[in-house]
Amino acid sequence: MDVVSQLQKQFIDFSSSLYREGYVDDQFSQLHKLQDESSPDFVVEVASLFFDDAEKLINSMARALEQPCVDFKQVDSHVHQLKGSSSSIGALRVKNVCIAFRSFCDAQNREGCMRCLQQVSHEYTMLKSKLQTLFRMEQQILAAGGSVPLE
Amino acid sequence: MESCNCIEPQWPADELLMKYQYISDFFIALAYFSIPLELIYFVKKSAVFPYRWVLVQFGAFIVLCGATHLINLWTFNMHSRTVAIVMTTAKVLTAVVSCATALMLVHIIPDLLSVKTRELFLKNKAAELDREMGLIRTQEETGRHVRMLTHEIRSTLDRHTILKTTLVELGRTLALEECALWMPTRTGLELQLSYTLRQQNPVGYTVPIQLPVINQVFSSNHAVKISPNCPVARLRPLAGKYMPGEVVAVRVPLLHLSNFQINDWPELSTKRYALMVLMLPSDSARQWHVHELELVEVVADQVAVALSHAAILEESMRARDLLMQQNIALDSARREAETAIRARNDFLAVMNHEMRTPMHAIIALSSLLQETELTPEQRLMVETILKSSNLLATLINDVLDLSRLEDGSLQLQIGTFNLHAVFREVLNLIKPIASVKKLLVALNLAPDLPEYAVGDEKRLMQTLLNVVGNAVKFTKEGNISITGFVAKSESLRDSRAPEFFPVPIENHFYLRVQVKDSGSGISPQDIPNLFTKFAQNQAIALRNSSGSGLGLAICKRFVNLMEGHIWIESEGLGKGCTAIFIVKLGIPEHSNDSNLSFIPKMPVHGQTNFPGLKVLVMDENGVSRSVTKGLLLHLGCDVMTVSSVEECFRVVSHEHQVVFMDVCVPGIDGYEVAVHIHDKFTRRHERPLIVALTGSTDNLTKDNCMRVGMDGVILKPVSLEKMRSVLSDLLEHRVLFESM
Repeated sequence: MDVVSQLQKQFIDFSSSLYREGYVDDQFSQLHKLQDESSPDFVVEVASLFFDDAEKLINSMARALEQPCVDFKQVDSHVHQLKGSSSSIGALRVKNVCIAFRSFCDAQNREGCMRCLQQVSHEYTMLKSKLQTLFRMEQQILAAGGSVPLE
Repeated sequence: MESCNCIEPQWPADELLMKYQYISDFFIALAYFSIPLELIYFVKKSAVFPYRWVLVQFGAFIVLCGATHLINLWTFNMHSRTVAIVMTTAKVLTAVVSCATALMLVHIIPDLLSVKTRELFLKNKAAELDREMGLIRTQEETGRHVRMLTHEIRSTLDRHTILKTTLVELGRTLALEECALWMPTRTGLELQLSYTLRQQNPVGYTVPIQLPVINQVFSSNHAVKISPNCPVARLRPLAGKYMPGEVVAVRVPLLHLSNFQINDWPELSTKRYALMVLMLPSDSARQWHVHELELVEVVADQVAVALSHAAILEESMRARDLLMQQNIALDSARREAETAIRARNDFLAVMNHEMRTPMHAIIALSSLLQETELTPEQRLMVETILKSSNLLATLINDVLDLSRLEDGSLQLQIGTFNLHAVFREVLNLIKPIASVKKLLVALNLAPDLPEYAVGDEKRLMQTLLNVVGNAVKFTKEGNISITGFVAKSESLRDSRAPEFFPVPIENHFYLRVQVKDSGSGISPQDIPNLFTKFAQNQAIALRNSSGSGLGLAICKRFVNLMEGHIWIESEGLGKGCTAIFIVKLGIPEHSNDSNLSFIPKMPVHGQTNFPGLKVLVMDENGVSRSVTKGLLLHLGCDVMTVSSVEECFRVVSHEHQVVFMDVCVPGIDGYEVAVHIHDKFTRRHERPLIVALTGSTDNLTKDNCMRVGMDGVILKPVSLEKMRSVLSDLLEHRVLFESM
């Protein structure tokens, strides 16, 4: 059907753009491979987990950095967690920012950390909206009776 | 003085006589007066004198006599009438008193005489009592000496001290010149001079025991006087002429344990005696008194008892020393054995882990190397490495298996497998060697042999391979035939295996395999040794065979574990031999599909699915936890997740075959978990494999992981393919170290 193929084409384009722009990497496609009959919404579940986790972490980091006396160790552990989660899901840009964030934490550079935090927040928000768009497209395709094309 | 009318005597010629009478009378009177004085004096002195009255009378008599004589003095000359009257009175009195005294004396003198007799009598009696008391004193002395001697003798339990003391004390008590003890020699035919009093080191005289004097002494338990000239008494060199003192000899019974029978005490039969010889000082004219002889006899008896006590004590001390030595020896042997066992256990424990790990690393890496681009020589080299290391790994496994078999800790890994394929594989493995030796190998499987069976495939193949390998090894030329069929109950009972009573049950069948070769054969007496560990047949050993002799022993144990029996028949040297074994296998429930592929010893592909593999995932990070879980679920594993170390501790059990843990979170000691798991599961085959997931690429992490005993390290993120290959490698080799 035309609608389906159109939707599919849109999906493929969007998906490749995500890869191209570095929002996600190969790990994300690996996650897709794990999706099968027994767990059809695997990727969506993992993504939601990631969103919740990341939001919590970013909020904790913000709070910690607002203290007059910053506990860099605490911040560092949060960043580490976020880095782990993002690499598990394949969120490349977020992960990269986390790496930089960590070095600022080691140097106990509050300014740098604040800047990284903002960057992380920004990247995360971007990623979230992009992924949500992607998932919506998938739903539309499925609703239209087609199947989601694999990368 | 007026002159009187008396006749005046003239002093005529008898004047001299008158004078003499005058003088005599004077002296008599004197004497008569002094005697009573003396009497009175001495009587007064003596305390006891019963006859005072008589004395007074006698005194009076004497005084009057004296007076008379004194008055007589005046009558020589003319004397007056007064004097005459006085004279007469005196005489009259004297007469009276003397007559009275005479009469008195008649009564008294017998008495006095009898006093004398009594006195004599008493004297005699006193002398007698003295004698008797002397005797008693002597006896008491003797008794005291005996007690003292006994005390001395019995106060020591040392044989020599006893005998020496006896001689010394006897010598002292009886003032002996010489005292000697003759002991019977071992042969019992002679007496040897063992101890003397005076001589320090008695020369080893011997006298034959059958001398009459000796027999005489031995036949009575009294001390017997013997002649100083007999051989036993001639102890001192004869020095000139002297009268040797009297010699006495007494027997000393030497009692043995076996002689002690209470009822029999006075009559001891079959005894040995020693001879004690005692010599009185020479030239002393002393004689042996009875009490001295008794003393000697008593002492001899006491010595006998003391000696036997000493002997018993010696025996028991010796026995105790022996026991102590044996105890010590046993103790040290036990400790050595324990040490040896501990050493062996330690060794095995070390071998178990330490040796296997590198071995498998070598094998894994060599096999990986094989997959890469290699020149032909390099390939050859790698293949040789692989073969050698496989051999070594097999050997290690064999030894460890055997020790586990002996512990009883080996369990068969039951699974369904292709029975025919096992035979084919074995055939394929030995075909190269057989063809080199130009041996014909034939395989015959009975048509009713099921294709699939339930049992421990690996061990069955090991057994079959070992038996067939032996056949090939020991056959120089000819053929080898392998037959396999289902054993029916009649054929199960074999006369050569009388203790084997297989019971046919449903779902099981007995597989009987016979491997017959036309090789060198085995002589019948060697057959029992074949299945003994490390025992090599001499003839076989001469042929420079490889292998440690464990093979058949292990096979036997495997076969026993499979409730079967294995034995070898041979008709003798040069006539070939047949190895036969029967094992119990299960019949699978339904015919299996080709899902279960036959896994060769050297895996080429890993498993594609891991059905039912129980896995535990520990990760603090929720996202990566779900990703890992999803991965493993996709591969068909049975996944459990935990998010903390404590939870992991609680949940991990021997059912989990693999534990994936994230070690890249700072502050969490995933290593602790590894150590804990190692402690919890001491047996290697029970312990789950531990794999670390880490995001860091440094060698430090890898070293730390290896140090705590993890079985593998994987770099995150893990792709599906990677996880698949990781799991298959892990399960195959039980170790994985990815190059970072």
